[in-house]
Amino acid sequence: MATQSSRLAARLMVAPSVIVLLVWMAIPLAMAIYYSFRLYRLISPERTGWVGFRNYTWFINSPEFWMAISNTLLLVGGVLAITIVFGTLIALLIDQPIWGQGPLRILVISPFFVMPPVAASIWENLFMHPQNGMFASFAQGLGMKPILFMESYPMASVIFIVAWEWLPFATLILLTALQSLSSEQLEAAEMDGASAVSRFRYIILPHMTRAITVVILIQTIFLLGIFGEIFTTTQGGPGSASTTLPYMIFKQAIAAKDIGRAAAGGIIAVILANIVAYFLMRGIGRHLDA
Amino acid sequence: MARSLSPRRKMMMTLSAWTVALIIFFPVLWMILTSFKTEVSAVASPPQLFTADWTLDNYAEVWARSDYPRFFWNSVVISVGSTLLGLAIAIPAAWAMAFVPGKRTKDLLMWMLSTKMMPAVAVMIPIYLIFLRTGLIDTRIGLVIALMLMNLPIIIWMLYTYFKEIPAEILEASRMDGASLWGEIVYVLTPMALPGIASTCLLNIILAWNEAFWTIVLTTTKAAPLSAFIASFSAPQGLFYAKLSAASAMAIMPILILGWFSQKQLVRGLTFGAVK
Amino acid sequence: MGQITLNQVRKSFGEVDVIPGVDLDIKDGEFVVFVGPSGCGKSTLLRLIAGLEDTTSGTISIDGKDATALPPAKRGLAMVFQSYALYPHMSVKKNIGFPLKMAGMDPAEAEKRIQRAASVLNLTNYLDRKPGQLSGGQRQRVAIGRAIVREPAAFLFDEPLSNLDAALRVGMRQEISELHQSLKTTMIYVTHDQVEAMTMADKIVVLNAGRIEQVGSPLDLYHNPKNVFVAGFIGSPKMNLIEGPEAAKHGAHTIGARPEHITVGDGPWEGVVGLSEHLGSDSFIKVDVPGIGIINVRGSGELGVHHGDRVKLNPAGKIHRFDANGLALA
Repeated sequence: MATQSSRLAARLMVAPSVIVLLVWMAIPLAMAIYYSFRLYRLISPERTGWVGFRNYTWFINSPEFWMAISNTLLLVGGVLAITIVFGTLIALLIDQPIWGQGPLRILVISPFFVMPPVAASIWENLFMHPQNGMFASFAQGLGMKPILFMESYPMASVIFIVAWEWLPFATLILLTALQSLSSEQLEAAEMDGASAVSRFRYIILPHMTRAITVVILIQTIFLLGIFGEIFTTTQGGPGSASTTLPYMIFKQAIAAKDIGRAAAGGIIAVILANIVAYFLMRGIGRHLDA
Repeated sequence: MARSLSPRRKMMMTLSAWTVALIIFFPVLWMILTSFKTEVSAVASPPQLFTADWTLDNYAEVWARSDYPRFFWNSVVISVGSTLLGLAIAIPAAWAMAFVPGKRTKDLLMWMLSTKMMPAVAVMIPIYLIFLRTGLIDTRIGLVIALMLMNLPIIIWMLYTYFKEIPAEILEASRMDGASLWGEIVYVLTPMALPGIASTCLLNIILAWNEAFWTIVLTTTKAAPLSAFIASFSAPQGLFYAKLSAASAMAIMPILILGWFSQKQLVRGLTFGAVK
Repeated sequence: MGQITLNQVRKSFGEVDVIPGVDLDIKDGEFVVFVGPSGCGKSTLLRLIAGLEDTTSGTISIDGKDATALPPAKRGLAMVFQSYALYPHMSVKKNIGFPLKMAGMDPAEAEKRIQRAASVLNLTNYLDRKPGQLSGGQRQRVAIGRAIVREPAAFLFDEPLSNLDAALRVGMRQEISELHQSLKTTMIYVTHDQVEAMTMADKIVVLNAGRIEQVGSPLDLYHNPKNVFVAGFIGSPKMNLIEGPEAAKHGAHTIGARPEHITVGDGPWEGVVGLSEHLGSDSFIKVDVPGIGIINVRGSGELGVHHGDRVKLNPAGKIHRFDANGLALA
């Protein structure tokens, strides 16, 4: 489909993108690998040297590590599940011939435009705060004790906030997919005697597979690195109850000032992210139009 | 697949859809309302949707206490700059992938996207040190570069899906008409893909505007954008709800309004070509 | 000038030889039609001439100069695409003027040429419209206009009429033929429709699986097909091809008789009419002749036979004879 000269031109034109991304990845990664085998603490910068895999073994043997892994997976899985299920339901609702669909879409998409620190601080302060938050007021109004969201249910609170941020994305993509479904198909199914549930199961859901794929892929990319929301709200606590892998690395680097350990954690995170990426790309990448 | 409903059912559907939409939107609304309250009524229990003593004082005080115009301008420069720089690198790459696809094109795209999965924290220290040594730390150009690289895979992917919708025959026609590669891209491809390029631009401006990791790690004062401004604001706490809300509103309003006006094109672009 | 010579031109995509090796001479001013079933390589051959694809080996020369390695823009050829490939964001005028702009032509001269092309193609009133506001036929004319303003050495047409409806197609066919008569420029035209080939071409090139089966004038191909493929492809309805004992009687492996060369009445073949279509001007009947097979017959409009009738057929016209390899016997 092309000539040799255009193939050559194509290589030249892809090259800048590939090179800058490669550099952006490779150099910091190489430095991180180097530090991960070094003793490098900002508290005692005079003590340096090679420590072998000690930074790695510390990281993996730390009880916080497995907590962090499970919290990370919980965050990604929880947000994906909430946004896809509710996104589908809301998309089905909005797709009905209702009044004011335009303004309604504007309301629904709004959380997507709110930057993560603001989203987290609105929820933490205006809603979930145990004294002054709106939820606390309601609880008091009902004669109940206010829920200590960030203390008692830190992970659930973080998942809830992040899901709120990503719900518009899922909803609107799924809505776009729904709107591209021809009504003739549904009418044909109705003529064939399919109930509303089987119409959803056999016609609407298969039609939305690609859209769901996109939602999973894009959200996973962003969710794996979630940081700001935790930083603003729970700071990984109480204890390590809401510490994710990125946050654990951050704590090592900033709070413990142990660059070596943080780098080792970073490399572990990169390896895990690559494993996730591999399965994600293999599993659902083929659905994408590439 | 919109179908006709009886007026009664339509009314019910409308009501429930609007209820859901308002619940989703409510936190933003509540924040905006709170920003106009006095600190006392902001924490009133039971909460009041509207108060009699609404005021602009919170905005005035935030404005006076911080250098909002500088943060704002930094946000504009960084988000627009990183998007334009990204486009300049991404348009040729997306052209090549869409119109001269090879066996590896899809793998290449996937690899680019997978670079975004690398946790930013993992390379935080090295990148901080690189920026420190190259003098890019706390400069706008440094953030423009960093955020461009962050979003480049997304820009390329979006442009690629838009470009793929342009029939190859039209580009071949321009070649037959004597256009060079440059002419083909400037006179034919870019104008034809303009809606797609515009929505790519928008999404990336939004992503860059809302980026709150590198902007905080790599800036201190000079180049700090609004995401760093709000982080500094929420830090001292002190339960200044109204002022916090006002600062938050000031941080998100520009992009919220931009997003409202462009949500149609934006959603279409966000589907990454997988949904027509 | 527009003389094009293909010398052992070969094209392969990976392992697959799409064009195993083609020699062809196209004279200046000739209207040449590449015809063949879909996938026969006719479009690929055209794209090789255009320079949109590289040749794997062999040479293409245009007006005596080797053009094999030249990019499309440098070959001095113009092309009309199947989808018209108009620039949707440009007005008709800008579309037609685009090649002139790319050539860096003086705007006043370009304007003159655009106006001339527009008046030839009846587009003068549409110059400010966008392609999206035009009908299929008008878009086609814009595509042709974009080709003629450059005054190219040759025009290349890639199935240009296949997106038009039947009535429009006949009209455009005539317009292109008239254009050729007035411009006298070489035209290479690709189609899968043998009617287009027969009506427009000075010279038809019949392609099959990347090979040239036969080159000749339309009537030459009709009367003297070199092989079974050409015999079956040229002519509508298709030639009846008969194998077995009936062919052996004529000393051939296969014999062919065109439907219009068979008369109904008295004759050696007898069978039952299956389908009969009466169009007024012609009648088409299918007769199942035992031992021979289904025979298509084209008779006059007055032919009064119907489904179930028993008729006798006489292959009165020319009987084409082919050997076991499908080649025509003298």
